[in-house]
Amino acid sequence: MQFFYRIWLLLHISVSCYNMLLIKWLTTFGNYLILMGRSFSRPERMRMFFKRYIKEMSQLGVDSIGIVLLISFFIGAVICIQMKVNIQSPWMPRWVSGYTTREIMLLEFSSSIMCLILAGKVGSNIASELGTMRVTQQIDALDIMGVNSASYLILPKILGLVTIMPFLVIFSSAMGIVGAYGTAYIGHITSAEDLTLGMHHAFNEWFVWMSIIKSLFFAFIIASVSSYFGYTVEGGSVEVGEASTDAVVCSSVLILFSDVFLTQMLS
Amino acid sequence: MIEVRQLTKSFEDKIVLNKIDAVFETGKTNLIIGQSGSGKTVLMKNLVGLLEPTSGDVLYDGRNFVTMSKKEKVHMRREMGMIFQGAALFDSLSVLENVMFPLDMFSNMNYNERVKRAEDCLARVNLVDAGNKYPGEISGGMQKRVAIARAIVLNPKYLFCDEPNSGLDPKTSLVIDELLSGITKEFNMTTIINTHDMNSVMGIGENICFIYKGRKEWQGTKDDVISSTNKKLNDLVFASDLFRKVKEVEMEEERNQ
Repeated sequence: MQFFYRIWLLLHISVSCYNMLLIKWLTTFGNYLILMGRSFSRPERMRMFFKRYIKEMSQLGVDSIGIVLLISFFIGAVICIQMKVNIQSPWMPRWVSGYTTREIMLLEFSSSIMCLILAGKVGSNIASELGTMRVTQQIDALDIMGVNSASYLILPKILGLVTIMPFLVIFSSAMGIVGAYGTAYIGHITSAEDLTLGMHHAFNEWFVWMSIIKSLFFAFIIASVSSYFGYTVEGGSVEVGEASTDAVVCSSVLILFSDVFLTQMLS
Repeated sequence: MIEVRQLTKSFEDKIVLNKIDAVFETGKTNLIIGQSGSGKTVLMKNLVGLLEPTSGDVLYDGRNFVTMSKKEKVHMRREMGMIFQGAALFDSLSVLENVMFPLDMFSNMNYNERVKRAEDCLARVNLVDAGNKYPGEISGGMQKRVAIARAIVLNPKYLFCDEPNSGLDPKTSLVIDELLSGITKEFNMTTIINTHDMNSVMGIGENICFIYKGRKEWQGTKDDVISSTNKKLNDLVFASDLFRKVKEVEMEEERNQ
């Protein structure tokens, strides 16, 4: 009897915890949707909106070009070396290194992995900026003035990042290929002719579009989720730090999940 | 005039404000005083709409702010100016841009007119040369003055100040008090100041509302404070030796007369 009671108690606690988590998750999701509803309303002043839109594109996108190019160059080079060393053999066609480097950069790295990296850089930037504005009452000041603070602060960030992200993806793919050529010209690991052959082999233009479409979704996830965590901070500097971490973790997880669905849908 | 009727605010089971009735008059510096945690800031947040009252009404010249639609509230807020405890200036904007911000959002002035208006407001708070600096580059007292300039740039009818003197030295606090009092008279505004600075109470307190544990305990002028027999009020206002001595001297002078 005691044993069954313990089993029942364990089940009861498990179900209660599950319900609590579910309720918490649903509440967060509901609040996120409400905030997005407020954010996607018509800006009060288009002049001010465009000013912020340009500024956000510069701050979130243009300022990230350096890190995108740097990482893409080295990843492109490393993929090429790994393929040459581990895959290339007398039984394989000589274009295999170039071909695989191009496909990996185009299909996954430049869209998904680059967006994961940007979730860390841009996501924490957005969450900490909005979180600090919240705890120093700058968002309250906007509300008191009668400004729709969500639309004024969040909409330009989302649209700015969504606009600039395809360019980052294209730059990343291009730089990855430059990195691969670097191994040929500087490291002499493979020949430039073999690489060029691989780059041209069975090229499917749709993969470029697929990469861009995926990046648009990821940009929306990064900007909106990070804005939500920053905008809804309550407390002080510790909570701003936590919100920043939550924003990065949550956007990264959502990017990974949505990557599976988007790849399935677009392939 | 702002009238508060039976205003109650509770957070879950905890009642923070309990049936407050108060009138804040136009053209006067109205002070809300009370100990830390007495509910002053919650009262002010209810007045400006940052919190929704649990029950009761807030009337702005007869217009009930609590029952207004969201759109009406947005329009109403354009008649309000607020100075926050930490000034709440926008870090990414210069001092001039901060003051211009409400004009950028809501006025139909051209750029030159907006700059002229913002510079006039900065001149009113004696900050003529600070326009190009950023909030991080100026002192706390200057930040408060910029916040005042930003709050008055649209000629508001109602001005709210949450602890305007917190973190400032007595001399700078005096400057801020004089500025707020002067602006109130100049623009005939209804000014409400949340404070526990007793220098402000004795200096500019034309209408003082004393909140104690979420209830309105006392209301009167700075002259009434001296002669008040309310123990809770006296415990707060005359907590320091200096103010106690001032009161003794004042009372003795009254007796001699």
